[in-house]
Amino acid sequence: MKTIGYIIQKEFKQIFRNKGMLPIIFILPILQLVILSNAATYEVKNIKFAYIDSDHTSSSRALLEKFNASSYFDILAAYPSHKQASSAMLAGEVDVVLEIPYHFERNLLKEKTADLGITINAIDGAAAGVESGYINQIIQGYNQEVRISYMDASQRVFQPVQIASVPSFWYNTTLDYKTFMVPGILVLLVTMITLFLSGMNIVREKEIGTLEQINVTPISKSQFIIGKLFPFWVIGMGLLTIGLILAKLIFNTPMLGSILLLYLYTSIYILVVLGMGLLISNFTDTQQQAMFIAWFFMVIFILMSGLFTPIESMPKWAQIITEFNPIKYFVEIVRMVLLKGSGLQDIMPQLLKTLVYAVVMNGLAVWSYKKVN
Amino acid sequence: MKRFIGFITKEFYHIFRDRRSLFILFGMPIAQIMLFGFAITNEINNVDIAILDHSKDATTEEIINKISSSKYFTIKQIITREADIETVFKKGKIKAVLNFEKDFSRNLIKEQKANIQIITDATDPNTANAITSYINAILKNYQQSKNEDIQQPYQIIPQTIMFYNPELKSVFMFVPGVMTIILMLVSAMMTSISITREKELGTMEILLVSPLKPFQVIIGKVVPYIFLSIINAAVIVLLSIFIFKMPVEGSLFLLGAESVLFIVCSLALGILISTIAETQQAAMMISLMGLMLPVILLSGFIFPISSMPTPLQVISNIIPAKWFIIIIKGIMLKGVGMAYIWKETLILVGMTVFFIGLSIKKYKIRLE
Repeated sequence: MKTIGYIIQKEFKQIFRNKGMLPIIFILPILQLVILSNAATYEVKNIKFAYIDSDHTSSSRALLEKFNASSYFDILAAYPSHKQASSAMLAGEVDVVLEIPYHFERNLLKEKTADLGITINAIDGAAAGVESGYINQIIQGYNQEVRISYMDASQRVFQPVQIASVPSFWYNTTLDYKTFMVPGILVLLVTMITLFLSGMNIVREKEIGTLEQINVTPISKSQFIIGKLFPFWVIGMGLLTIGLILAKLIFNTPMLGSILLLYLYTSIYILVVLGMGLLISNFTDTQQQAMFIAWFFMVIFILMSGLFTPIESMPKWAQIITEFNPIKYFVEIVRMVLLKGSGLQDIMPQLLKTLVYAVVMNGLAVWSYKKVN
Repeated sequence: MKRFIGFITKEFYHIFRDRRSLFILFGMPIAQIMLFGFAITNEINNVDIAILDHSKDATTEEIINKISSSKYFTIKQIITREADIETVFKKGKIKAVLNFEKDFSRNLIKEQKANIQIITDATDPNTANAITSYINAILKNYQQSKNEDIQQPYQIIPQTIMFYNPELKSVFMFVPGVMTIILMLVSAMMTSISITREKELGTMEILLVSPLKPFQVIIGKVVPYIFLSIINAAVIVLLSIFIFKMPVEGSLFLLGAESVLFIVCSLALGILISTIAETQQAAMMISLMGLMLPVILLSGFIFPISSMPTPLQVISNIIPAKWFIIIIKGIMLKGVGMAYIWKETLILVGMTVFFIGLSIKKYKIRLE
């Protein structure tokens, strides 16, 4: 026990002695949490909107006024012709072009139907879908007004049936992305720091040759590993604490569930990550290799965690792969506990899987660590 | 010049001798682009929902059938009490509950109006929003089929054209992004370790007493990695064309030239990091921790930049990946030429010059 104490002391000294690393470990993640959480939004706003009004009537102006009044659209320019509008779209200056054709008003009144041309830059397919929805909503609203003002009373008695749907957004009534993203990004940062630090730690001693010195001491395998990993576990928990405080203070993230439960889960989760880091350490010879492998898994873990894109939308085989992604469980749990107030019962499946994961990872890591080369 | 070539040869030997790193360098980008090209999508599919039906009549049954037959939704559970909504949401699998009011059919016939509540788990606002609008579309469709005999006069018909990506495939959005991230991170990471490694292992002193000039050492370090990254870039472009059916509307040559520019820019950034950092660990932490999330989040790869708060939009301008993503999307999907992307190209050139200049200035010819 005393031996472990000394190793831990040595590790902490090494960490805090390295003045270059300290800001990377503590300040960089915090800065990223505070700044980048604002960036992660799928909300479609400030749509770059341009129009071609070939009609120039009171109707076309009334329709454009509707777009002007909507907060989603930034009306940028009126183009006299199609050619200029497409060139602007090619250059990326506009994303939506509304074309009001010649005789729009006349057709609407005389023929009772009129066309409108809408061109959307659809490279971002999801955003294009949303934009198209907004546009149709505005046009429909305008259409309704036209009908009411032109139809006489006798035409209006004919009532169509209507299914009225009332949306109700639970747990996040204002659909605030920060509520959703802050806990997830916090999870990422805790994972990245602990994985990278533990993954590079032992391999560094290998590379600069100090590992041999430790191997010839009477320190046992398990003492060494526990001593090595414990400081990172503390750093991980510390980061979580700082992150939660900032989330509360800056983003006012709701924390409905038990924070204690979150700590219980995190304490097990960090073991998974540390075991993984140790395993990487064992199978590599240089810090460079260790880093590449850690990076490879990290990018996969991040993008397949359900943090930025929903897991349910992935193909079946990809969903099976995500079952082996520890970040996925942590992201789910942190959101469930903080935002929905889920209890121990609700998170039991994830908790158990993480526990098994921790045992397997650390078992493998300890087993593959060799004192003798 | 001969000395310089000798130095570059040495760098190549270093890289090719380390088989494991080499394998990782080439294998991983391929594995990642395959995985992500297929797996990442922000479309909504197979969402699990639950039904709370207070009327259980012919109309509600018809609507439920319509919803369960769409590819977007799977009806996982039928619940009977309002209190159960909370329970299913807390378990986390069910993302929405459809709540039909009592006497749905009767209301629809007698009062021409019936109510349905779409309750979503809005912890994920994007999914919640999409679910609501998809269900609304299904309901609207159903309502229209009921109203078929009623003609609406004064109809405005929007004719929408989805440019560049008519099927709204999210692959078009994500493949350029993944390609950028891989190139940027691999290149920056590779070079950031190269100089620090020499520092840490003590071989830096040998380089310093050699007659090589600082800029020769730096260029010599970058050249081998340029070759490696170009191979990487070519493989990724081929994969995206043949496997993900990404079009290349513009010039393939221009795409290649721009990719080389971006690679050089990332490598230069890596060199800059390595002249600042003292240990390999610090260098890698900066290039990983410092670059990974900002590049993913601020480059417009997943989240649209125009929706971000203004300060972040300003910050996003210093991310080289942002400009490169605009360039590849332009060339591959819009088919534009230099006339439309010269500004972005110039910015990347400027950044590259800045990074290289700064690293030559920062490069210390004496050890402390």
